[in-house]
Amino acid sequence: MSSAAAVAWFARHELRLAWRDWLAMMTAGRRRPKHAALIGLVVLALILHLPAYAVIGQFAELQGPLERSSLIIMSAIILLAWALILSQAIESVTRVFYARGDLDLIMSSPAPATNVFSVRIAAVALSVIAMALLLSTPFVDVLVIGGGIRWLAAYGVVVSLGLSAAAIAIAITVLLFRLIGPSRTRLVAQIIAAIIGAGFVIVLQITAILSHGTLSRFAVLTSDTASTFAPNADSFLWWPARAALGEIEPLLLVLASGLLLLGAVIAMLSPRFAVIARRTSAHAAPNHASLRARAFRAGSRQQALRRKELVLLRRDPWLLSQSLMQLLYLVPPAVMLWRSFADSTLAIVLITPVLVMAAGQLAGGLAWLTISGEDAADLVASAPLSESRVIRAKIEVVLIAIGAVFAPLVLGLLFASPLQAAVTASGVIAAAASATAIQLWFRVRGRRSQFRRRQTSSRLATFAEAFSSIGWAATGALALAVPVAALITGVITAAILAATWKISPRRP
Amino acid sequence: MIEPTEAALHLQGLTKRFDRLAVDALDLRIRSGEFYALVGPNGAGKTTTLRMVAGLLQPDAGSFEVFGIDALADPVAAKQVMAWVSDEPMIYDKLTPLEYLEFVAGLWGIDAAAAEPAAHGLLVSLGLETHRHERCEGFSKGMRQKVALAGALVHDPRLIILDEPLTGLDAISARRVKGLLSERVRAGGTVLMTTHILEVADGWGGRLVAEGTLAELRQQSGHQNTRLEDLFIALVSPEHVAA
Repeated sequence: MSSAAAVAWFARHELRLAWRDWLAMMTAGRRRPKHAALIGLVVLALILHLPAYAVIGQFAELQGPLERSSLIIMSAIILLAWALILSQAIESVTRVFYARGDLDLIMSSPAPATNVFSVRIAAVALSVIAMALLLSTPFVDVLVIGGGIRWLAAYGVVVSLGLSAAAIAIAITVLLFRLIGPSRTRLVAQIIAAIIGAGFVIVLQITAILSHGTLSRFAVLTSDTASTFAPNADSFLWWPARAALGEIEPLLLVLASGLLLLGAVIAMLSPRFAVIARRTSAHAAPNHASLRARAFRAGSRQQALRRKELVLLRRDPWLLSQSLMQLLYLVPPAVMLWRSFADSTLAIVLITPVLVMAAGQLAGGLAWLTISGEDAADLVASAPLSESRVIRAKIEVVLIAIGAVFAPLVLGLLFASPLQAAVTASGVIAAAASATAIQLWFRVRGRRSQFRRRQTSSRLATFAEAFSSIGWAATGALALAVPVAALITGVITAAILAATWKISPRRP
Repeated sequence: MIEPTEAALHLQGLTKRFDRLAVDALDLRIRSGEFYALVGPNGAGKTTTLRMVAGLLQPDAGSFEVFGIDALADPVAAKQVMAWVSDEPMIYDKLTPLEYLEFVAGLWGIDAAAAEPAAHGLLVSLGLETHRHERCEGFSKGMRQKVALAGALVHDPRLIILDEPLTGLDAISARRVKGLLSERVRAGGTVLMTTHILEVADGWGGRLVAEGTLAELRQQSGHQNTRLEDLFIALVSPEHVAA
């Protein structure tokens, strides 16, 4: 086989793997007809057009040349999209190195490693672009329907964002490998991905709170200060925004920049990838040696279970990155809380739904890890302990962890408004208990490493968890603003939970 | 006080059906202080039987007693005196062997002061003492198997149930494990295990599912001075002997 044919053959192999990964994600790993997955995807895409219209519909009429404030908002939206794509790209790159078990096979084959890794980098870029196109389609469609076919150019911008995000993600991963070694790269890369994904929005929110006392991220972008510091209209920083509006020259420039960046990364770093792959294989599992000798602790069987769960949660890299992200999302309300001591405004009410929502989401993840993600299920099942006591100990761990994260914030709120603190505490408890109950009703036997697929293994549980968190968050906010309306949302949320329990496979 | 002839395990008509019948009304009596090997072809229902005894599967019919305890009526009491190690031992990657043993001892309600020296002793016996503070995520299959076995022994069970315990172990480790299990049997413990390595059952003088001692089976099959492997084939698939 010639070198070109070998590269083409390997590219086909990579695309097939990427397609099957994607299909498994869409079908929750179950063997379903491909057309069923495609129909499901089309239906989901159609449904997504509604929120897309709500978010971006107002921009469809925009015409170039744009005034400075519009350019700032559009560029910020594009930057936000790029941050999310970059976050996804970092995750994809680390997955290719750590999760696919084919590095030994590839490295032991006679194929030139540089060619193989060039193809692999290109495949990562393609899958990142495909995902970005898929997620952006409802938004671009809304713009095309509302503002004309010139908005089709936005797809080109999405492609260039995917190209540059893949290139940067690969460069970050290689840099991390060099700086901290393969065993720590995965965890740090996950944390970086989480921070990049959430960071941009959070920074905008904090700036808005500090300068305008609101959680609205647009407040900063539309301010006079932003316009004053923004560059001139012909600056390269506006190319993506102008390209999205249908200007051909900026579109070609952003596409060329993306291609150039990815090409440079492939040319410079694919030889390094072979070295990285070898080191990853050699350090397939990190060896955390702890020389600290500690005596066995006495306690009941449930205490032993709780201790084990807490240690595992503390050492879980996914949880570390997710908790960090949750905590990052809590920074804006915390800043607002801090400001409210000096300047009491109605905006402080917004803290309650944010905290309640975050508690529900974090509790859902923790509950999956403790209840479903039991790595030694046989050991626990064969222990002299009834299943109900095991489950109770695991639920206690979830509530302890939620309490540890949210109690300080609720206590802080107590000084600002005792009523709001009481409502927030009730909301946090309701959201955490609901999310835990849903995970209990839909529990499956899995390993902690399968956490990424938890949301596709039961979509019903995922939606129920999201709706209950949103429901309790709305109830909390309304309890402070319009108490009668809170009764209605509370009853609706309880009804959602009751319906979820009724159709759950593990009704007690 | 346990009488030496007391049944460690007594199965009566134990039955389990999945898509097909996996275990068909199995009757079995294993005496206390006995080493008992279940040897059979793949899919014969050995693991299903063990999983039912360990309380991991509910039988469709039948009953069983562990040291006189009705295990279906009082599973917690039965589990207190048993230990189970599967052929694919699942341990916690993020715990060290010592932390794992501390957890297992706690789960069985063993006093920490007694469990700690026992845990250290087991890690030494199994050659894991230098790895006791390392997280298990970097361990080989054999090392994980040994950690799981140490977990099964740390609470000093009277009945140890093992599914293919020597799979993945090197020769030295296999000898260590065999030594440890023999020691337990000599001390009055009972071991029930499955194995596909016939020398293992042969070496321990175990009994087959087609029940009997090696001598009895030789007599039953009419193959005197036959190796266990040939006897096994003769019992489960006579046509292969003819061939």
